[in-house]
Amino acid sequence: MSHSTGTQTRGRRAASDGADTPQPLLELRDLAITFSTSTGEVPAVRNAHLTVMPGETVAIVGESGSGKSTTALAAIGLLPANGRVSNGSIIFDGEDITHASEKRIVALRGSSIGMVPQDPMSNLNPVWKIGFQVRETLKANGLPSGPQDVAKVLSEAGLPDAESRANQYPHEFSGGMRQRALIAIGLSCRPRLLIADEPTSALDVTVQRQILDHLDTMTEELGTAVLLITHDLGLAAERAHKVIVMYKGQVVEAGPALELLTNPRHPYTQKLVASAPSIASRRIESAKKAGVATDDLLAPAAPADAARDRVIEVEDLTKVFRIRGNWGRSTDFTAVDKVSFSIARGTTTAVVGESGSGKSTVARMVLGLENATSGSIRFDGVDITTLGRKEMFDFRRRVQPIFQDPYGSLDPMYNIYRTIEEPLRVHGVGNAKSREKKVRELLDQVALPSAMMQRFPNELSGGQRQRVAIARALALDPEVVVCDEAVSALDVLVQAQILNLLADLQSELGLSYLFITHDLAVVRQIADHVAVMEKGRLVEQGTTDEVFDNPRTAYTQALLAAIPGAGLVLPPEVA
Amino acid sequence: MVWYIVRRFLQLIPVFLGATLLVYFLVFSLPGDATAAICGERGCTPAVVAGLREQYNLDQPFWIQYLLYLKGVLTFDLGTNFSGRPIATIIAEVFPTTAKLAIMALVIEAVFGIVFGLIAGLRKGRIFDSSVLVLSLIVIAVPIFVLGFLMQFLIGVKLQWTNPTVSGDATITELLLPAVVLGLVSFAYVLRLTRTSIIENVNADYVRTATAKGLSRRRVVVVHVLRNSLIPVVTFLGADLGALMGGAIVTEGIFNVNGVGNTLYRAVLNGDGPMVVSIVTFLILIFCLANLLVDLLYAWLDPRIRYA
Repeated sequence: MSHSTGTQTRGRRAASDGADTPQPLLELRDLAITFSTSTGEVPAVRNAHLTVMPGETVAIVGESGSGKSTTALAAIGLLPANGRVSNGSIIFDGEDITHASEKRIVALRGSSIGMVPQDPMSNLNPVWKIGFQVRETLKANGLPSGPQDVAKVLSEAGLPDAESRANQYPHEFSGGMRQRALIAIGLSCRPRLLIADEPTSALDVTVQRQILDHLDTMTEELGTAVLLITHDLGLAAERAHKVIVMYKGQVVEAGPALELLTNPRHPYTQKLVASAPSIASRRIESAKKAGVATDDLLAPAAPADAARDRVIEVEDLTKVFRIRGNWGRSTDFTAVDKVSFSIARGTTTAVVGESGSGKSTVARMVLGLENATSGSIRFDGVDITTLGRKEMFDFRRRVQPIFQDPYGSLDPMYNIYRTIEEPLRVHGVGNAKSREKKVRELLDQVALPSAMMQRFPNELSGGQRQRVAIARALALDPEVVVCDEAVSALDVLVQAQILNLLADLQSELGLSYLFITHDLAVVRQIADHVAVMEKGRLVEQGTTDEVFDNPRTAYTQALLAAIPGAGLVLPPEVA
Repeated sequence: MVWYIVRRFLQLIPVFLGATLLVYFLVFSLPGDATAAICGERGCTPAVVAGLREQYNLDQPFWIQYLLYLKGVLTFDLGTNFSGRPIATIIAEVFPTTAKLAIMALVIEAVFGIVFGLIAGLRKGRIFDSSVLVLSLIVIAVPIFVLGFLMQFLIGVKLQWTNPTVSGDATITELLLPAVVLGLVSFAYVLRLTRTSIIENVNADYVRTATAKGLSRRRVVVVHVLRNSLIPVVTFLGADLGALMGGAIVTEGIFNVNGVGNTLYRAVLNGDGPMVVSIVTFLILIFCLANLLVDLLYAWLDPRIRYA
């Protein structure tokens, strides 16, 4: 693959471009952005300084709220209504556009500066056909916009069968295809600068890699400069010539990608390098090659012990959904097809797969939220598919979930105390006083101050909410916790904290985890066993080391190769 | 899609049966003798009363009366009201006026409501937005008969821009003022609904993307904000069309419009059972059709909705 050498060749190209055209394409000088809120002016970005040379890829890395998106959006005048540039200047191709007229900015958008937004699900207007949305872009920028032009733009972005696809609506596209359509729109007018705001963070890893590869090829061919915004340092280092790290609205470090990885100077960058999952798993690989025992590098997780008893055994589990079609006909869709695996007590088993692989359906069936069509799920030797109401109630007490979206899984009308206490009350555990004591203990376990009890979910950060969700799951002293993408929605640093917390709780309480995720980098850090699912079937399983060192199926190999940063060659001192 | 429409029409059958049965039963159980209403204060001879009872099937038990009525409806014979006029003729006479009035009111509330709501939504928190919100609140809060009489007095009597009441011909110009009064409350709701919907959509990701594509502000608003925002508004307007077609008893009363509302009101006062049942059934059918229209419009506006 071209990946291992990608970083170096791109670096050379940029250097030569820089020598030919000394004038930067985009320059932000001491940029400050403030938002006016009900509590007054809040600075979002301070003294941001960055330059993008023609044809160069520059990545801005930072966690949510670091001001990375705000900085990039300011460059095409897309700040929200309450935001404004309060200081500094934005210079595009030698022209100061900081306070340019609306007309001038509209003229630049699309044709000179394109954008690929973050979430492919929400960035296409659901009521217009894809072709229409491409056509209006071409039209607005004075380019030919016939059906063949639209199809050409779409097929360039790697959309198969573009002509007929153009007549479909966004909801008829998968996430990856929508993102291709958005890339097509972003690049359709051949802009000189493309702002790519987390272009793939909402996609599966394999799709993510295809899309990024394609974006790379296209921008390279067209000579487009890219301002890539991402929270993933590994991805930034792999794709960009230059990386800029932002933290709390300020640029804390900037430099060539590899240099930043090998020699991070700012403490925040050091922390990022230490905890980015893609880099961490990369580090494990490198260390193994150097002959270092992986146990020291992994988050503390109990080693798999073959003699341990199996707390959950899943056998030939199958789930068939009926899909309603036209004229009252229906077809069967097998979401989960004869899946068998088991979880040893006190260990973590990860089920990995892309969206649509059936991994979440497995989780829902293990939780007893969905009935299995056939097969069995034995919990402590008892088949839960045959449980009555009363037994199911007891079972729920011993198996608890943590879901992906901490914004959606906590009731906004319940304060934190009530959220955590509710399962205790429902199951009639103790009295009011003992329950309050228990909630305090739980908050302590997940490292939240007990003062937080009276707060509501909207007052908490994503990481804090996920801690609350964990505390709630642990309230009933469960034996098994099912984590359905429990860390996918979190920033890398928070993700690392939560993974550590889960690992600590496991060794402390002897919990068993069923970890559902699409992120192999996370699996590497936490799981003892891995089961890989593809299209409803379990294609491979084994210990984490086996699967990562010796992937047997092509699908697993593709998944592994797609981890961002996999193409990075880290010097030994980082490893 | 065709199958969906066919199914929706089939659904009308149980709705029709249930509604007529219910209305028929309510009218049947009204206290007092129906023949007394026909005979008036002077009364009729027992022989005439017996004749009337036979003519309107009043001597039969409830079920037979109902089935006879259904038979009439299915053979397009709605029978006669208590004054002996064919009911079908009366409906055909008054419905066009009500339909004209309803459509005028609907157009007025839709056009003004959407335009004002759009401007208010785009300028959220500014002076236009705030004043329009206060005004719409007043319109919603003040009862319709107060607004109706007020406008009739000011525009019809004082300024004499139009006739204070509507003649038998019910021309468009005559109906303008009643239509404004009739659409006023719904106008306030449409305005608020549009405004909220616009505010919600104007910050949507796809709107930002549309702006980033280089589209003009005007195109972004019309093509990407407005169409998406109209989905809930259309639902409201469709339901309102059904309600307006049912005639507005108060508004028609104030402006002396010879429409469905007025006719129904008189029939209820007179205890004219056949008339009440027929008009209400007719209105139910109109309402069901208006709802079907809304659902189809809905699918047209939002391609994610597919009927199968």
